[in-house]
Amino acid sequence: MSAPLTAAAGGPVIVPGARPSTGFWRRAPRHRSFVLGAVLSVLVLGAALLSLVWTPWSAYDIDVAAKLQPPSAAHWLGTDVLGRDIVSLLLVGARATIMIGVIAVGIGLTCGVCLGLIASARKGWTEELIMRMSDFTFAFPAVLSAIMLAAVIGPGMLTSITAIGIFQIPTFVRVTRGSANAIWAREFVLAARAAGKGKFRITIEHVLPNILSVLIVQATIQFALAILAEAALSYLGLGTQPPQPSWGRMLNDAQTLLFQSPMLAVYPGVAIAIAVLGLNLLGDGLRDLLDPRLARER
Amino acid sequence: MSIFVLRRILTLVATLFAASLIIFLVLDALPGNAAQMLMGADVSPDAVRALTVKLGLDQPLVYRYLLWIKGMAVGDLGNSYVYGTPVAALIAERLVLTIPLAIMAMSITVVLALSAGIYTAANHNKLGDVGVMSLTQVGIALPNFWFAILLILLFSVKLQLLSAGGFAGWDDGIWPGVKSLLLPSISLAVVQAAILARVTRSAVLEVLREDFVRTARAKGLGKREVLWRHVLRNAMIPVMTVMGLQFANLLAGTIVIENVFYLPGLGRLIFQSIANRDLIVVRNCVMLLAAMVVIVNFVVDVLYAFIDPRIKVANL
Amino acid sequence: MTVTNSTGAPLLEVRNLGVGLNTSRGPAQAVRGVSFSLRRGETLGLVGESGCGKSVTALALMGLLPDSAVVSGSIRLEGRELVGLSDVDYCKLRGNRISMIFQEPMTALNPMHTIGRQVAEPLRRHTGCSAAEARKETIALLDRVGLPDAAGRIDSYPHQFSGGQRQRVTIAMALACQPDVLIADEPTTALDVTIQGQILDLIADLVEERGMSMILISHDLGVIAENVQRMMVMYGGTVVESGETDAVFTRMGHPYTQGLFRARPRLGARKGTRLKTIAGTVPELADLPAGCTFADRCAIVETRCRAVLPSVVDVGAGHGVRCLRTDLSMTSAGGVGA
Repeated sequence: MSAPLTAAAGGPVIVPGARPSTGFWRRAPRHRSFVLGAVLSVLVLGAALLSLVWTPWSAYDIDVAAKLQPPSAAHWLGTDVLGRDIVSLLLVGARATIMIGVIAVGIGLTCGVCLGLIASARKGWTEELIMRMSDFTFAFPAVLSAIMLAAVIGPGMLTSITAIGIFQIPTFVRVTRGSANAIWAREFVLAARAAGKGKFRITIEHVLPNILSVLIVQATIQFALAILAEAALSYLGLGTQPPQPSWGRMLNDAQTLLFQSPMLAVYPGVAIAIAVLGLNLLGDGLRDLLDPRLARER
Repeated sequence: MSIFVLRRILTLVATLFAASLIIFLVLDALPGNAAQMLMGADVSPDAVRALTVKLGLDQPLVYRYLLWIKGMAVGDLGNSYVYGTPVAALIAERLVLTIPLAIMAMSITVVLALSAGIYTAANHNKLGDVGVMSLTQVGIALPNFWFAILLILLFSVKLQLLSAGGFAGWDDGIWPGVKSLLLPSISLAVVQAAILARVTRSAVLEVLREDFVRTARAKGLGKREVLWRHVLRNAMIPVMTVMGLQFANLLAGTIVIENVFYLPGLGRLIFQSIANRDLIVVRNCVMLLAAMVVIVNFVVDVLYAFIDPRIKVANL
Repeated sequence: MTVTNSTGAPLLEVRNLGVGLNTSRGPAQAVRGVSFSLRRGETLGLVGESGCGKSVTALALMGLLPDSAVVSGSIRLEGRELVGLSDVDYCKLRGNRISMIFQEPMTALNPMHTIGRQVAEPLRRHTGCSAAEARKETIALLDRVGLPDAAGRIDSYPHQFSGGQRQRVTIAMALACQPDVLIADEPTTALDVTIQGQILDLIADLVEERGMSMILISHDLGVIAENVQRMMVMYGGTVVESGETDAVFTRMGHPYTQGLFRARPRLGARKGTRLKTIAGTVPELADLPAGCTFADRCAIVETRCRAVLPSVVDVGAGHGVRCLRTDLSMTSAGGVGA
């Protein structure tokens, strides 16, 4: 008895070029993590977008007479020590958070994926070199790099973005290279190479589309980490500078007034937590939905 | 075994050199004239020149770099540009706080994470698992400094049990010092523990699926025995990797937390030095932090060889 | 299909065993209506393709099914009921009275422990002997299973051994406490062809030498033909045919069994001979049909076959076939040489 009469029990075979999202939109609404994550993330994104056209008050208007007011009909969450409306500060702060997150992850993604693809395609000492360099960068967390940069070019949004962006690169390099290696070993790629296709074309046509879902998931998670890093940097005064509102700095300001207005220290933190939680859940949900074979026991 | 360790040591040394090079380049070569920055804009060029010579900044870069490396070997890290006192002494007196803080935080993290991770894996998909996992999901979303502020709110403002900041020092005995480090280390630990707990849980669940676990059960071992005797050692490998990687985050976290609690540790030293443009102090502090991370990862690497016979035996 | 013999009560008696599992496609009845008995010293083979329920049956006997599994029916080991037994009590039996060896030797051993420790483990657990005694016994066991230089290699790690050697180690582990029943789940499938024969011979020798009963699971008819006294053919979670090996091989009653035989490639067949297959595919356990599980693939199926699961028909001494059309199937069957 040799030939198996049953279909091989295994996950869906990755077909070159096929979209991994077959049935995605059907399954997605039923996945709790994904839905909750999507809702929270959209909430934050919505807040940022909303702030472009409208905020209850201007986030920059200082009105010392109205300082430290408790929540009221006029100021839904109250005011801070300079009389600025908390809700408006939160909305505009969302803008800074998202922007920095997007740019930083963008940097990490583009550089990291390119390096990872090169490392995977070239192998040999190119790969070794790239991996060593990226391992090395792991030793410099965003905060540390930001400190070094701040010492040199001074604090600010640019420092924030650069430091966070650079720290994102090694993670993307690692993830890209790992997944790409698995694809290079697949039979259809070997077939393509045997047919004479160049490495560059194979990378673009076969490798990249198949690792896309992994990258999407990773990018979502990295976005969450970027937000946390940005908050820490703003808190320390190294990131977004006044008068540009930022959640991290709001927390710093609130700390001195902990005994008088404790709630001021709660709102910005909740905002950060919601954004990060939302993105984490979204990332987990995407991971389960885009490639069920990878669905870990959660 | 010795070849293995030797190679790792060589990599360690090479990495430290590379780190020092980059740090030096960023902090000493790029910024331009440090003396200018120290003195500000409206100072006469002669005064700047005098300070430049006094601080040894007129020497060629390579010379200054090598001087620094040589100094590190003997413990002479130069003198602060601002205070003139030896940098090594400045750092040492701050380490007295930062190192115990890091150790306390790491210990709490490990205890919390391993117990939570093992508990949830053993009670997979039951209520305890779901509950703890939701907690960790929230935990990893919290900025550690915000959690710290919340702790201050609870323990200092509302309950008035602990102080909102400051370090009591070790001179009056261990307890006052530990007490002032309690909230800081807890706030550092909780977020790290949440991450590590999830990793531990996955690792244990992965190992529970392995064939040799089935074999052990087929031999008549109970579930608990199997967990402790067969599973944990295997699961520790990925867990240790993550712990090593987390150390960098831990150090970054101490910088932030020290600022939250006004602790005079390494983190605040770095901060004040940036504000003062005391680049030599910044340079040495950053180097120290980077070195600590690299060394911890080296230790983890070597520990693998002790835990995993496949590595140990292959390299004999 | 119970075969009680006049020579004493059966050692292992299974009646109407059923196992319900939670699969990704919903609840599935992996095993139903399996009944057999095993006397002391008797060898029984279990044959079938992947997904027919043979491994699930074995795991049910060992009590190693996942917690969510629902086991019905009865399993009696020397009169003691095992279904519903607490895990603590079951642990006392596993590795001690009833042992199992698995298919994949490369992953069956813990890479972190020495083989000596792993073989000694059941000894120390069940017999309470000292470390020194266990070590001596381990060396003797490893020697008996044909591991070269047992005393020298007792402190080596699994990764230092080949697949065949690792399987010998698992055999030593399983036999350490002199169990009454050994279940071998495809013990040679993952090994090189040259080693397969050695391992099967080793198992057969040990079983005979110690007077153990054995259940040998395989998908390979050749292995079954040469190693067991009685056999059961499983399909879709039920036993479709059972009897003494010679009897079944001579006169196959069930269309599925016949199909299995016909599907074996023949050495020496003329070039261009097409391989025979059984049309169709194995049903999903979550979607089992109401009647005979083989109905969709059977050449002689009738409407009444699909109505209800056929009961077993005795077609000879101790030879049972679960088919409604044995009158037709047994006349058209031909005996096939091993």
